[in-house]
Amino acid sequence: MTTLLYAMLCLSAVVCVAATVVRAVGYARAPMHLRWELYPVPHEASDRAAHGGSYFEDSNWWTKPPHFNLRGELTAMFTEMLFLKALREFNLRLWWRSFPFHVGLYLLITTVALLLGTAVATVFVPAWMTGWLGRVVYQVCRATGVGGLVLAMVGAAGLVHRRLTDSDLRMYSTPGDIFNLVAFLVALGVVAAGYAFRPAGSPGALGIVIGLLTWDTTIRVPGLLAAGLLLSALLAAYVPFTHMSHFVGKYFTYHAVRWDDRVNRRGGTIERTLAEYLTYRPTWSAPHVTADGSRSWADIATTNPTKGTKR
Amino acid sequence: MSRKTRIDLSDMSRRDGEPIGHVDLQDLMPLPAPLDDPARERPWTPLNPQARARYECILDDTCAVSVPKPATKEEETELVRQFLSGLDKLFTRENNWTFLQPLLLSMEHCARCQTCADACHIYEASGRNEIYRPTYRSEIMRRLYFKCVKHGGMISAWQHGDVDVNWPMVARLIELAYRCNLCRRCAQTCPIGVDNGLIAHELRKLFSQEMGIAAKEIHDTGSMLQLKVGSSTGMSAEVVKDNIQFIDEETSERTGITVETPWDVEGAEVLLIHNAGEILAWPENPGAFALILNAAGISWTLSSELAGYDSINYGLWYDDAQFARVAIKHAEAAKKLKVGKIVLGECGHAHKALSVIADRVLTGELNIPRESSMTLLRDIVASGRLKLDPSRNDFPVTLHDPCNMVRLMGVVEPQREIIRAICPKFREMEPHGVDNYCCGGGSGFAIMSGHNFPDWRFHVSGRKKLEQVLNAFGDCLDPSIPKYLCAPCSNCKGQFRDMLAYYDLWEKNRILYGGLVELIVNAMSEVKPGFIEWEWH
Repeated sequence: MTTLLYAMLCLSAVVCVAATVVRAVGYARAPMHLRWELYPVPHEASDRAAHGGSYFEDSNWWTKPPHFNLRGELTAMFTEMLFLKALREFNLRLWWRSFPFHVGLYLLITTVALLLGTAVATVFVPAWMTGWLGRVVYQVCRATGVGGLVLAMVGAAGLVHRRLTDSDLRMYSTPGDIFNLVAFLVALGVVAAGYAFRPAGSPGALGIVIGLLTWDTTIRVPGLLAAGLLLSALLAAYVPFTHMSHFVGKYFTYHAVRWDDRVNRRGGTIERTLAEYLTYRPTWSAPHVTADGSRSWADIATTNPTKGTKR
Repeated sequence: MSRKTRIDLSDMSRRDGEPIGHVDLQDLMPLPAPLDDPARERPWTPLNPQARARYECILDDTCAVSVPKPATKEEETELVRQFLSGLDKLFTRENNWTFLQPLLLSMEHCARCQTCADACHIYEASGRNEIYRPTYRSEIMRRLYFKCVKHGGMISAWQHGDVDVNWPMVARLIELAYRCNLCRRCAQTCPIGVDNGLIAHELRKLFSQEMGIAAKEIHDTGSMLQLKVGSSTGMSAEVVKDNIQFIDEETSERTGITVETPWDVEGAEVLLIHNAGEILAWPENPGAFALILNAAGISWTLSSELAGYDSINYGLWYDDAQFARVAIKHAEAAKKLKVGKIVLGECGHAHKALSVIADRVLTGELNIPRESSMTLLRDIVASGRLKLDPSRNDFPVTLHDPCNMVRLMGVVEPQREIIRAICPKFREMEPHGVDNYCCGGGSGFAIMSGHNFPDWRFHVSGRKKLEQVLNAFGDCLDPSIPKYLCAPCSNCKGQFRDMLAYYDLWEKNRILYGGLVELIVNAMSEVKPGFIEWEWH
């Protein structure tokens, strides 16, 4: 039983990471698109970013050195990631539900990372856990774990409630949307119940992680806790296959679309990339496009459909 | 009595041949004074029965694209096949490298949280009519993507939702693609970065590039006419030169300063490209530009090359091939004259098209620097090269932010710096800058006037902006006080001209619209007073 649990935890982790990487690589390898930025762009100079301005506000802007306000971009990025700024600003009613859910998940991810780190340290330096640092980390783990579980469940319940009771959201919610939230509620609820009601003397979270790392199959994980861990692992593996993987998509929608104001300079990398795209041979069927599968984008773009000849 | 009923996504596929949406005047967002008086609300002209019989007008109370009804079942089937073929192409690298990445991201990551809905002026102004919700169109497209492109089965339908694919659905989607101004205000509020404006844009593209279906004003008499004769106005180079000569004479007479527009000056620093609509509809605008640039000692020229004298690029709204062709024509005109830079006149979509989007179309020698006239004018005003007397503009002025120039390009402050310097009674609309609302004429609507589409454009898409204008002038609506709505964009001006006239706001409240350069010339001390003529045009 323990072996099966370990195997499922490992397999789920591998699937989760692999599917996330595949999704991210897929977006990263998509062709560079035409510029489609949306202002404000936070890496603009701070005086401009404040009103949403761009380098186009400068005359002869192409003669000025490029400016990249890293601090502005990082501030915007982390404010959005940690506090869901856009949702708070534009949809406060949903933010009250979505924010605890996301913070709960962040805390749970932190807990898993801390447990793994602590387990590794304990395997190699067994005395570490009894030192003051070990005790502090243990307490932090408990706090993030319990806090994460409570917040994520409260948030998930709030989101399910809103999806079912708000007519606007209900119309656009699919059965899958409801299932996804309920799955979080159930998986985390079973983990919480399994942890809270585990029999005295049974292994805690750290004990299970150490057992996993050392593949100690003599550990007896209580049934309810094992079920919770199994459900959570399956859920983690499932997330990258759904729109809940927006933690991947969001990186690209912000960095590669909304904030992508890179300038195409003569002889630069953008121009070299475009040269390849202009050799692609589209197959659009409308006659005015003049694409027949053999003509390249360069041919098409330099064809005047009203003249019938190239240029 | 309102006939507002809850519309479902499945209604898109209804086969009853009836519109699925309806907007009653009483459902519309209320307007402030003086349009809070129901007597001043214009009635909505019903779509005529002939149009309904001939065209697929089965979305709502109007018709923008006028797609003929298929004569046979086979024709319907073929149209659906074409649509699905185009849908596939939208998601391939070879056919759609131009927008594939953002489109995929918008397809696969919407959380359906509806945050975007409150940002949409069309949805709000319509009284929150379901078919105008930004996600209504997008959700149909998303379901089509998972069903027909990804070939998802039952599990996919359970996860992403299902859609019944038939000709009525496609016909309604064609119209629905033309119920969005592409202002992307919704995208700005999306916590994930999903872009409903892009989805509407890509749908228009599919219909145009695969099925040859587009609003005739932006394709047949738009980009095609521009590529044929040089301008969507129909003006050839000879005609435009004649018109500009006339404008020079008029401007000279009105201002007391001799104005002469230079043509085809090789090696000029600036190639100025106007939206040619200005030359026909608002000649004082190119006249004012010429006067300012000459007075400031700028080395500049106009071009008589094909499309070199008309900055419009309607391809931006519906067709990548047409877009690239026109952008290349503009760059070729500049290259031929060996100018230092292209400066775009007062046209928002031309700004975005040539400065931003075409940045990844123009390569090598065609990659000629492009600049906004807002920055050039700001520098001229700030330099002190013109002697300006703000007291000549001592009337209430508000500023409209063209979406393409502001939210989508980041040119926000230069025009404000000018107005603050020369208009003592300037007041902002709220919200403004990158948070602005579209004029309601964006994405081609300002030039689309088939059937009763203008009624929709003034009652629905332009309503939020109208509210903003009235609020900005709320303290001075009295007709004894002339007011100036500054819109540094030709398409926006077209929308304002028609909308202010529709609601009689010039006659009854003396709200005039115009460009930015007119305000500058009006403030020039050396110019005969009264360049801005307080009369309707």
